[in-house]
Amino acid sequence: MMEEKKPKNRIRMREQEPLVRARNFVEVPYGYTPEEAIEEASRCLNCSKPACRTGCPVSIDIPSFIKLVKEGRFIEAAWKIKEENAMPAVCGRVCPQEIQCESMCILGKKGEPVAIGNLERFVADYERDKGEIQVPERPKPSGRKVAIIGSGPGGLSCSADLIKSGHRVTLFEALHKPGGVLIYGIPEFRLPKVIVEKEVDYIKKLGVEVRMNAVIGNLFTIDELLNEHGYDACFIAIGAGLPMFMGIPGENFNGVYSANEFLTRANLMKAYLFPEYDTPIKKGKSVAVFGGGNVAIDSARVAMRLGAEKVYLIYRRSEAEMPARKAEVHHAHEEGIDFMLLTNPLRFIDDGKGNVAAVECIRMELGEPDASGRRKPVPVKGSEFRLEIDVAIPAIGTRSNTLLTQNMPDLFLNKRGYIIADHETGMTSKPGVFAGGDIVTGSATVILAMGAGRKAAKGINDYLKWKFWDTGKLG
Amino acid sequence: MFHIVKKEKLSDAVLLFEIEAKDIAKKAKAGNFFVLRINEQGERIPLTIADYDRDKGTITTVFQKMGKTTHQLGELNEGDYITDVIGPLGVPSHIENFGKVVCVGGGVGIAPTYPIARALKEAGNTVVSIIGARMKDLIFWEDRMRGVSDELIIVTDDGSYGRKAVVTVPLEEQLREGNGVALVYAIGPAIMMKFVCVTTRKYNVKTIVSLNSIMVDATGMCGACRVEVGSETKFACVDGPEFDGHIVDFDLLMSRQRMYLNEEKIAFDRYKEQAGVK
Repeated sequence: MMEEKKPKNRIRMREQEPLVRARNFVEVPYGYTPEEAIEEASRCLNCSKPACRTGCPVSIDIPSFIKLVKEGRFIEAAWKIKEENAMPAVCGRVCPQEIQCESMCILGKKGEPVAIGNLERFVADYERDKGEIQVPERPKPSGRKVAIIGSGPGGLSCSADLIKSGHRVTLFEALHKPGGVLIYGIPEFRLPKVIVEKEVDYIKKLGVEVRMNAVIGNLFTIDELLNEHGYDACFIAIGAGLPMFMGIPGENFNGVYSANEFLTRANLMKAYLFPEYDTPIKKGKSVAVFGGGNVAIDSARVAMRLGAEKVYLIYRRSEAEMPARKAEVHHAHEEGIDFMLLTNPLRFIDDGKGNVAAVECIRMELGEPDASGRRKPVPVKGSEFRLEIDVAIPAIGTRSNTLLTQNMPDLFLNKRGYIIADHETGMTSKPGVFAGGDIVTGSATVILAMGAGRKAAKGINDYLKWKFWDTGKLG
Repeated sequence: MFHIVKKEKLSDAVLLFEIEAKDIAKKAKAGNFFVLRINEQGERIPLTIADYDRDKGTITTVFQKMGKTTHQLGELNEGDYITDVIGPLGVPSHIENFGKVVCVGGGVGIAPTYPIARALKEAGNTVVSIIGARMKDLIFWEDRMRGVSDELIIVTDDGSYGRKAVVTVPLEEQLREGNGVALVYAIGPAIMMKFVCVTTRKYNVKTIVSLNSIMVDATGMCGACRVEVGSETKFACVDGPEFDGHIVDFDLLMSRQRMYLNEEKIAFDRYKEQAGVK
């Protein structure tokens, strides 16, 4: 074993200056240089029992890929990751490594854990830039056909696994571009769209047929896919979808956007390039975003980049309770987002012409812990105040979209409209139909959806082999 | 890519496209709409499915040149392609034998009224259709509407064709005669639908309207199209586009339709300038 002294701190990725990047849509970090990557990889102790791997929802062989980086074998390192994860350039950027692999790293006990996410991102970018994308040989055709509904992270990872098993795979997407939340939700400066396009290209190169503009449920039903189009199984990975609103007066004034709409206009439709692109977006001078998750932070940072003078992030709890990634909260602070914590909106006020002009808020204080274990915010009497704004963005979560499921009585849903599916296999109440990702769990993360996609791929493989359906566990 | 197989000029401003979209044509029903995006830079706009031919595998839409996107669309010709066509979207019309139904179509709203009137007629209803526009030039599909109606009334604001009246005048006559109008369908500009509802409410006749709010994805994901119906927020794209007109907040609909007037002007001016340069 190597006994040389390890440097204590991890190698930081260089980033665009906060006040510069707050006005452009270019990616925030520049990524590692090869030298930096080798230096960071050299911090890895190569533990005999690597805990990092157990923290990864898709069980990437982390020590092996890091060892390859250490040896300067970057392309091989990328291939090593791709054995378990078809989209390392995405996951290196958007996975919450700090609560997954990196949280298990032994170095983290005394200092900083190995920057596994940064290294994953580096090797994926390196492989792409070198143009040496390796496509594994096509397996022997199985003669089976599988339909994947939704081309977000769950659908993409499931497709990649199933195509490697020799099945014919069609990936159906309702929008005009594949990628789901990676395309419409996560902003360019956090996940450049060209990277998503390249990752989808890779999946296509594997042999997956991608069919855009296909609103399953309306264009074809699941039964039609199974009975008339010759698919042997379906995987439903349509995401959570419908935006929730706060239910306060004035929420339908012009200038009040769901975070989904605001981000879809900006990301999918490229409204930040209006009028080069046709889709408009209100560029607020003073913007209020409501919520404390990653979507709220993304919306605030997009609003800033559209040219706002002031962006408030209004959250009813304190910063410690924010579900957003710490790194992104930090970025938002640096970029000048005004965190208005322990504050709750009461109503919107318009300019007399139907456009939002102000929001009335109330201060909150933390009381006893609630069901989520977080201290419950309670209003402070008489602390109402008014904030002048011209764009408001509630980012308080999503609910299930029932467009596909509403006409499927044999597909069991829970009370909130999410599909009931076995978490290990993705099996639903309907034979041949599997489901995973947000439409099963409610809003979660990219990597959890990818993990669900991989599990479902395994479930589908077993099903296609044995044609055995056991939903006894679904209750 | 979706092939335009037929283009027909219904008036200076109103055009008809028949677009090859086999799978959509197979599923389309009266009351559905679709979304298109002309090209990579284009916005997604909802348009009505005015007809469909399941054998030929085509859908027909009628649109009025208003702003940048619809003008640009109007420049396309037979044989050209549209990058994205998505549908069928929205909840189809609820069709049954109600008895006597009055179908009111205003302006380009005549087009989506047609398949609904046809379906109602096929279901055994007595169909009285009222079609109206500002002037003669904007009236189209008179023959088609006559073919699916027991009675067809044509009105223009300026009297250049048919009766000089707005649609609510003959509508009120139909209602006043007390000959058992069971249902009214109204599709057209928001202001027309609003006044149709004002009229029918007096006679307590249920009225279905089809709301044309601004949309982006049109599958429920964004909420751009939200409308208030019975003081509840609904998404026109997945909950509608048809709603009980008597409980729709039309003023909110109209206000939300005006949200991007400035941006629409910027885009249109820029388009005209560029088209002029060519």
